[in-house]
Amino acid sequence: MPVQCSCCGEKRAMLKRPKTGHSVCKDCFFWAFEEEVHETIVSAKLFRHGERVGIAASGGKDSTVLAHVMKVLNERYGYGLELMLLSVDEGITGYRDDSLETVKRNQQQYELPLKIVSYEELYGWTMDAIVKQVGLKNNCTFCGVFRRQALDRGAIMLKVDKICTGHNADDVAETVLMNVLRGDVARLRRCTAISTASEGEAVVPRCKPLKYAYEKEIVLYAYFKKLDYFSTECIYSPNAYRGHARTFIKDLESVRASSIVDIIHSGENLSVREGVKMPVQGTCNRCGYISSQALCKACVLLEGLNRGLPRLGISKHHRLHGKILARQPLTEKEERKLRSENS
Amino acid sequence: MCEINEDFHDRLECVQDVEGGLKKCVKCKEANASVVIKGGDAHCRACFKENFTHKFRATLGKNRVIFPGEKVLLAVSGGPSSCSMLRQVQEGLSQNAHKKLRFLPGIVYIDEGGAVFRSSEERQKTVAQLQAIFKATGYPFHIVPLEQVLDLPSSTILTAPSASQPAHTGAYKTAVDQFIQHEISSSAAREVQEETDVYESQEPHTQALQKLIGSAKTLTAKQDLVNTLRQHVLVHTARSKGYSKVMLGDSCTRLAVKLLSNISTGRGAHLAQDTGFSDTRHGDVILVRPMRDYSAKEIAYYNHVFAVPSVFIPGLDTKNADKASIHRLTESFVNKLQADFPSTVSTIYRTSEKLQTVCGSSSTADPCDRCLLCVCALDTADDGVSALQATLTSEKLSKFRGNTRPGMPVLISGELRQSAPTVRDCRSGEGENCGQAQVGGSCCSSDMKPEKTDLKSTLCYSCQLIVKDLSSVECLPQYILSEAMRRQRRSLMRKEITFAPVSNVGQEKTLVTVPGSELWAVDQTSH
Repeated sequence: MPVQCSCCGEKRAMLKRPKTGHSVCKDCFFWAFEEEVHETIVSAKLFRHGERVGIAASGGKDSTVLAHVMKVLNERYGYGLELMLLSVDEGITGYRDDSLETVKRNQQQYELPLKIVSYEELYGWTMDAIVKQVGLKNNCTFCGVFRRQALDRGAIMLKVDKICTGHNADDVAETVLMNVLRGDVARLRRCTAISTASEGEAVVPRCKPLKYAYEKEIVLYAYFKKLDYFSTECIYSPNAYRGHARTFIKDLESVRASSIVDIIHSGENLSVREGVKMPVQGTCNRCGYISSQALCKACVLLEGLNRGLPRLGISKHHRLHGKILARQPLTEKEERKLRSENS
Repeated sequence: MCEINEDFHDRLECVQDVEGGLKKCVKCKEANASVVIKGGDAHCRACFKENFTHKFRATLGKNRVIFPGEKVLLAVSGGPSSCSMLRQVQEGLSQNAHKKLRFLPGIVYIDEGGAVFRSSEERQKTVAQLQAIFKATGYPFHIVPLEQVLDLPSSTILTAPSASQPAHTGAYKTAVDQFIQHEISSSAAREVQEETDVYESQEPHTQALQKLIGSAKTLTAKQDLVNTLRQHVLVHTARSKGYSKVMLGDSCTRLAVKLLSNISTGRGAHLAQDTGFSDTRHGDVILVRPMRDYSAKEIAYYNHVFAVPSVFIPGLDTKNADKASIHRLTESFVNKLQADFPSTVSTIYRTSEKLQTVCGSSSTADPCDRCLLCVCALDTADDGVSALQATLTSEKLSKFRGNTRPGMPVLISGELRQSAPTVRDCRSGEGENCGQAQVGGSCCSSDMKPEKTDLKSTLCYSCQLIVKDLSSVECLPQYILSEAMRRQRRSLMRKEITFAPVSNVGQEKTLVTVPGSELWAVDQTSH
């Protein structure tokens, strides 16, 4: 016997919601999913009327669903937002060039303006070139640090007031876990925040409207809405350690479906003991971006690439920041040490 | 690195040098090394022992919570870690100990056999084994079956005011000096031998307990439930026998697993209480975890080398698959990660040291603000956007709404159009109405059994999850249910008083709590 939708009680249920376990029909699922995102946006007061909002679009499922839902809600509830897509081209042949094609199609489907900033124009390095120099092991460090800054730079070029990213509940839960496993209390404290406070001039506030949306539901939404998205893993192998955390989250979800949101609840209610040393936020002496050190991570990584010493930014070498700032050459001993780390 | 996971009783590996000769101890550099705990640090037996015992005293010394002459209850489960703790206490109290410990120990064992469906013969066998171990120590001991939860008083889950212990830093030293003075003056040995008692469980009680455990639909909930009940029995035993401290045998490895599984079950707000060195949530009885600096491996080696007896007692998750429960899954996750990345456990453990509980542990706080089960401060306050609110919204939205309810979007030819004034209000009303509408909505629309919903308001986020997995709350012990009822009546009373027509518009009104748990509405401006 077909199961009736637990929501409208009329149509046949098409799916079982991973988040609540209710069997619902397609339309009720769409409605509930969109309504939940709306609820999040409204109760967290993420946007103000008339703001320009950049949607960080990679072409993947999360950002495609985000772009779609943002457009739908903006029209349905009259947010009065000026939406635009913002993409970063890391320069990964066979991966990013294909996903950017998807973003370009999305641009036409949703009729939103699109801006693409590339690593090559910002830093003079593509990821392909970086991997050639550093190898497959630590390249994610470069990509992650550069992307964060590239998004901000793109946002400033577009003159947007806010950026929203497609981080979903699974991502947030995974980050909570990763920060515990790394013992990074500073990040642990802020990783569950739905939006970043305006941190400085160089940084555009960011928010995660999909923070409470399960990854599984996002996939279902994209699938039933027949959204056009790109689903391939990055060709430069994903971070192994993060992979363990990811698997653990998925396993937890299979034991108890609410685990993901339970972890977020835990993260939101953690508080750090007084007297624990926290990094102080300052600005980078070279580019003016936010940084807890004299030089921001992106500048150190870039310096390492340009000097042919990629290890400079990967392991901690705060002592050398002074020399980098003064554009002094490193001593032979220091260089040898950096090179030997590579092996 | 040498591997040791479950095979605690494996033969110790010989520590060999590259050349094949025996390695020397890194500490004394004389004796041959016999144990490698981490890295390449090989210790000889004597140095290993000294290091191990020193750590125990150092942990107690550093934290200064156990005062000389205090009665301390050692919670021994029979497992390697708590048995090792027992041995450490024996070593520390022995006459020839360097920097002798000066408290009065007692032992408690809580027999959970009933919850695990063990036969009474098996349980008696285990109890006999443990009794032999306990008798050998000469300390008073109490063997309490978990069935005792059915007879606990409601006061068990209330925070009692903490005994007025001097809080300033010099206090500990003064107390030690006073104690030594006192000891010298009354050199007569304390011969007040405390009674040792062994409670027997009764068959109907065991059945009631089994019914309760059986009513939990998932193993995760079963384990959480047993943990909570055990804690209640521990605290009750300590209170009734006059102990002011309880020592728990949680090892570093155990705590790392506990930290992660607590995060995964939504207990983030209570991490510091659940995994820190001292746990003050009960007020008068403080739980301490002196074994938190030892890894499971270290303990296993110590027990093996120095023949510390321990008893294997099957628990709820014994012989279960990895994915049977969140606790089980987390345990295997941490163990696997630890094998590949040896710093995993210590990093997680260090994270726990940097955390604190959100709300202070002041015992003067209203007991209604504390969870009925875990006695921690409630973390379910409605503060706009949170994971809790998001879950409530999702549940509300997925439930049957019919097509006639006003204020809900209506389905017209496949397109969803809103006739939704409530939702619109949220945006225009700067979110003020929003919270209220949500709260109201979630209360009205939740169609759970009334008694379950009622219990909900008295539980923290994580304990709500346990209760959600229970098929019926009626099986819960009476002390929990009656305390829940009492709190409900109280909150109802409070509501009535709040809405009582004492206030004139524009005048300030405050609620004053008068000891004796009665509430009076006081009109400030009229005085």
